[in-house]
This record gives sequence, C-alpha cells and structure tokens, in this order.
Amino acid sequence: MSKQAQHWEKTRGLLFVTLAIWFVFSIGIFLFGAEMEASSIRPFGYPLSYYMTCQGSLGIFVILIFWFAGRQEKIDEEFGFSEREDD
Amino acid sequence: MFKGNFINNLPKIYGTYTGGFIVFIILMAIAEQAGMSAKVIGICFVAFTVLIYALIGYLSRTIQVDAYYLAGRQVPTVFNGMATAADWMSGASFVAMAGGIYFKGYGYMALLVGWTGGYVLVASLLAPYLRKFGCYTVPDFIGTRYGGNLARLSAVIVLTVASFTYVTAQINATGTIASVALDIPFNIAVYVGLASILMCSMLGGMRAVTWTQVAQYIVLIIAYLIPVFWISNKMGAGVFPHLMLADEVARIAELEAQFGLGDVKNSAADLKQVPKGLSGITKAHAEVNTTPWKFISLAVCMMAGTASLPHVMMRYFTTPSVKAARRSVGWSLFFIFLLYSSAPMLATLSKLSLMDPNLATGIIGKSISEVQAIDWYQNWNQANLMFVSDFNGNGTLELNEFFMGGKAVVLATPEIAGLPYVISGLVAAGGMAAAMSTADGLVLAISNALSHDIYYKMINPKAETAKRLLIARILLVLIGFAGATIAALEIQGILGSVIWAFDFAMSGLFFPLVLGVWWKRANAQGAVAGMLGGLAAGTAYLVAVRSGYPGFLDITQLTFGIVGSVVSLVLMIVVSLATKAPDAATQKMVDDVRVPSGKAILGRQH
Repeated sequence: MSKQAQHWEKTRGLLFVTLAIWFVFSIGIFLFGAEMEASSIRPFGYPLSYYMTCQGSLGIFVILIFWFAGRQEKIDEEFGFSEREDD
Repeated sequence: MFKGNFINNLPKIYGTYTGGFIVFIILMAIAEQAGMSAKVIGICFVAFTVLIYALIGYLSRTIQVDAYYLAGRQVPTVFNGMATAADWMSGASFVAMAGGIYFKGYGYMALLVGWTGGYVLVASLLAPYLRKFGCYTVPDFIGTRYGGNLARLSAVIVLTVASFTYVTAQINATGTIASVALDIPFNIAVYVGLASILMCSMLGGMRAVTWTQVAQYIVLIIAYLIPVFWISNKMGAGVFPHLMLADEVARIAELEAQFGLGDVKNSAADLKQVPKGLSGITKAHAEVNTTPWKFISLAVCMMAGTASLPHVMMRYFTTPSVKAARRSVGWSLFFIFLLYSSAPMLATLSKLSLMDPNLATGIIGKSISEVQAIDWYQNWNQANLMFVSDFNGNGTLELNEFFMGGKAVVLATPEIAGLPYVISGLVAAGGMAAAMSTADGLVLAISNALSHDIYYKMINPKAETAKRLLIARILLVLIGFAGATIAALEIQGILGSVIWAFDFAMSGLFFPLVLGVWWKRANAQGAVAGMLGGLAAGTAYLVAVRSGYPGFLDITQLTFGIVGSVVSLVLMIVVSLATKAPDAATQKMVDDVRVPSGKAILGRQH
C-alpha cells in the first residue's frame, strides 16, 4: 500500500473516532433527556440535562476539535505530509 | 500602523485597541456620573465603535486580488478564530439567544448544541481540505472539484439563497439597534446600518472584513460578559456565574411552583391585549420540555447547516496553512463558547431578578400599580418590550400577567438589575458589532461568489484585476441595498430567518461539499442533481408546511433541511453511480487535497 493510501486510512480512522465522540455528545445523550434530568449526577449542582446543554456538550466540542487537530498533525508528520513553514 | 510587520504586531495592535476601548467605557461611566444623558451615552457608544470599524476598513483597502478575496492568506490562527466567532455570532445570537432560552428553556437549547457541534464537522470533514484546495469561494471549490459551469452555478444559487435569507435578518438587527441607540426611525436606521456595513467591507474585501471582525469580536464579548458577571455579583448569586448558579436554577423552579406556572391559561381575549412579539413565561426554566426527536432533529439541522454556510467556511481559506485552518476552527469554537455558555446564565439571572420577591427587583406578586410606576418598566413598556395587565382583576401581578420581548433579556436586564446606564450603552454597541460582523461576512460571501464565480469564471475570464475588483465592489453595494430593502419589509422575525438559512444551506450544500472530499466517485452530474434537487425539495417542504400541510415525522419549518439533505444525498449517489466516474485528473486532484503538504490546487492568483 502506498504511503498516501496508508495516510488516508489513518486519517479516516481518526475521523470515525472523532465523529463517534461528536455523535455521543450532540445526539446520543439527548435521546435520554428525561433520564439525565432525573440523574443524581449533578455537575456543579445543575441538573445534568441542563448542564449538558449549557456548557457540557459545548465544552467537550471545543476540546474535541483541539484533540483532533493535534492527532491529525501527528498523522501528517508520521507520513511526511506536514507542510513546510514557508508553504 | 498597517505597514511592514503588521502581522507580527497584531497582538500589540489589538491589545492597545482593547485597552483603548476599556478606557472609553470608563470615560463614559465618568461622564454619566457627571450628568451626561442616557441618550447621548448610547449615541456615543454606537457612533464611536462604528467609526473605529470604518477606520479599520479604510486602512485595509487593497487593490490585490488575493488580499481582496483571501486577506492574503496570512491571518494567524487565533485571530482568525476571533474573526470567525464575530462572523458567526449574529445579532440573533447576541440579542435574541438569552431571550430564547428564557422563554423556551430546554427545547431551545438544541440550537446551542447544534451551533457548536457543527464546528466538529467543519474541522474534521471540510475546513482543512478546502484550505488546501486554495479556492476563493465555496462555489470555486465545487466548480473546480466537479468541473463545469453548471456545478459552479448551482453552488452559487444555493449560496445566494441561504446567505441572502440570513443577511436580511442581520441588516434588520443593525437597523433595530441603530434606531434604538441613535433614536431614529427604523426604515432610516436600516440604511444607516447598511452604510456602516459597507464601509467595513467595500474597500478591502476579505482583508478589511477580517480585521474589523476581530475588532468587533472584542467589543461584543466585552459587552456580553461584563453585564453577566456584574449582575451575578451584584445579586450575590456567585462570583463566577457559569459554575455557581445551581441554587438560582433550583430557586426558579421553586418560584415557578409557588406562582403556579401553567395553572392559569390566559384567554384568547386577554392575549389580544398583549402587544405583538411579547410572551409570558409558560415553560419551566430547567425541565426537559421536548421530545428527544424534536431536540435532536433541530440540533442536527443546525450542525449540518453550520458546516455548509459559505460565509463561515470562507474564513478558513484565509489562514497561512492547512494546519492553521484546523487549529483555527478550535479557536473559533472556543471564542463562541465564551458567549454561548454565558447566555443561559444571563437568562437565569434575568428571570430570577424579575421573579424573586426576596429581591428588590422582583415584580411578580407586587401590586400592578406599583409595577407600572417603576422607571424601567415604563421605559421598556414604551419600547414595546414589556407589558403587564391585571387579567384577573385582583390588583396583584401574577406570573401569567407579565409579558416581555425576547430581546429584553439582553437589552433590559442590566437596567432592571440597577447597573449604570453605561452598561446598556455598551450592550447596544455589542449588539451592533455582532450584527454588523455577520452581515459583512454574508454580503461579502454573496458578492464574491457573484463576482468571482459568475463574472470572472463564467462571463469574462479575461477581465483585468482592476475590473474584477470594481465589479466585486459594485455587486457588494447592490447586494447590500437589496438586503436592506427587504429587511425594511420585516417578513420574518430575526431568529426565524436565521434558522431557515441553515436549513437552506444544509439542503443544497452539505453533501456536495462533504462528498467532494470524502468520495472520489462523486461527479459533476451527481453534484448538480444533489445541489438543485436538495434545495428544491427543502424549499418545497417549507412552502408546503407554511401553507398548511401538516408535514411528516415531526419535521417542521425549522427542520426542513432534513428533507432537503436526504433528497440531496440520495440524488447525488444515484446520479453519480449512473453516470461516468470522474476523470483521472480529478481523482488526482482529490488525492492531492487529502494531504496537507505540497502546493494548493488553485494558486494565490486565479
């Protein structure tokens, strides 16, 4: 398999992981709105359903993007596809 | 100031700017103590900030094509994040979001989740690849990737429909704020707003819009956060409201029960007295009040729409590298998060200060005549944003007898909580910044698509630079005027049309963009069918629902993008597979887009 094909395979793998995490926090947990509301897990004392919509999911997305960017940079470096600084 | 080492000096320049703005706020506060009237303070805030943006716009003027379309591809990561955040957060986010949360609670929060979650799609599916492509506009990518003028034209059509729907709402918002702050009639204020928008974008295109958007972000975030922190501390609710309002949220639930939320339904005759656009508190503050599907379908539409709106995507074409584009998405969302996570806190503080009888500001349970004598009530009643009426004739203000406009949560809460007027002036400047920055991005997205993709690529490919830029500027002014004229008609509320724009963009562009990078087999015929078919299906559903068709699967006029995008996906796959695969050169192009290194597909000047 060519270097480029391997690079793309890893990139796709990272995409699936990223989208899986995204799916959980943007769609998955909201299937259980009522359960979250009744849950005894109360971040900072807020009902879980309220907290996730105000800050929880939003904050996780921010972290997820930075994590994704870091991983993708590593993959690019590994296969020598990083940009030169002056590109 | 804008010469030589401008990029390296950015932190210093914007640091000075921020310091200067804070000094201006302090000066205004002193002037207020010295007796300057509220009206003059409001005028100063809006006029001063708009003049600064116009100055930045003038200093960023350019005669280079790549500066006009791409800000020279040298916008650093963090600054592009700020510019995108300002581009993104519209007058609706700034003025109406906290109000939406205040009145609709959990069901409305789907928008917050959608408008942030969409950035994960932007970062992982699209932005880095489109940056590598090196396109000037989104249709530029579609036109080059799929090949052919028809694909390019279809993309321009979708872009124009979505962005134009959005921009009228933004010009409307600048008009609303300008008319309140400068005390002029709305239909004149709309054109004042338009003039400010054009001053920021006409001379320098993307370069000017970039640097004004950074300045606008700084103003709008200061204007949003100061009141939230100040009110929270003043009420003794918590030094850091975001982490400390759990007791207040619980207290609201307690008061809702005490005042019998939802026990009394207002009769239709009573509701007739209430001015248009105002609503009462009818939903519990923090309870789950919608079905999972309704929540998720709305969130999904906003996410896919986020990833398809061209004025956001084109911000990532301006970074120096692919790597920077990716990180820049993270910074954008971080800067957006700062405001979005504060909106629910503002809604909580606002509601509690009006409801809690233990607070001096609480009005529910007081006598109607007492409430009607309050200064701020009179002000906002006059502005058509507050209304009370003694429906049951007992002389006391009940929860179901108090009505407020959504905008009042942001605009009136500082005054209700007893903050000095200087804060209200600051909030007006913030709202203006938010609406202007989004309008700028949108007007530029449309006029760039028309000037680059239609005029230069399709009509006159031999046009000289000077002529191209002249056409671009003329179109910018025309689009602006068309937007303002329609805005003056006030067809939909601010938020309604914003949501439609996401659904239009999602219907026509989401799959053609994503599959352009992720599916090599996708070809021009498929893309054209996907774009036009998706847009047509979505629009047809919207029109049908608006004219009384009950719809299916609980898909409403706010989520019609689901219909559009599913049709788009199916058409794109079926038509692509039924026609010839893209040629070898196109396949090679897709391979090149997938790796960050090497030359961009389209050069700096094209």
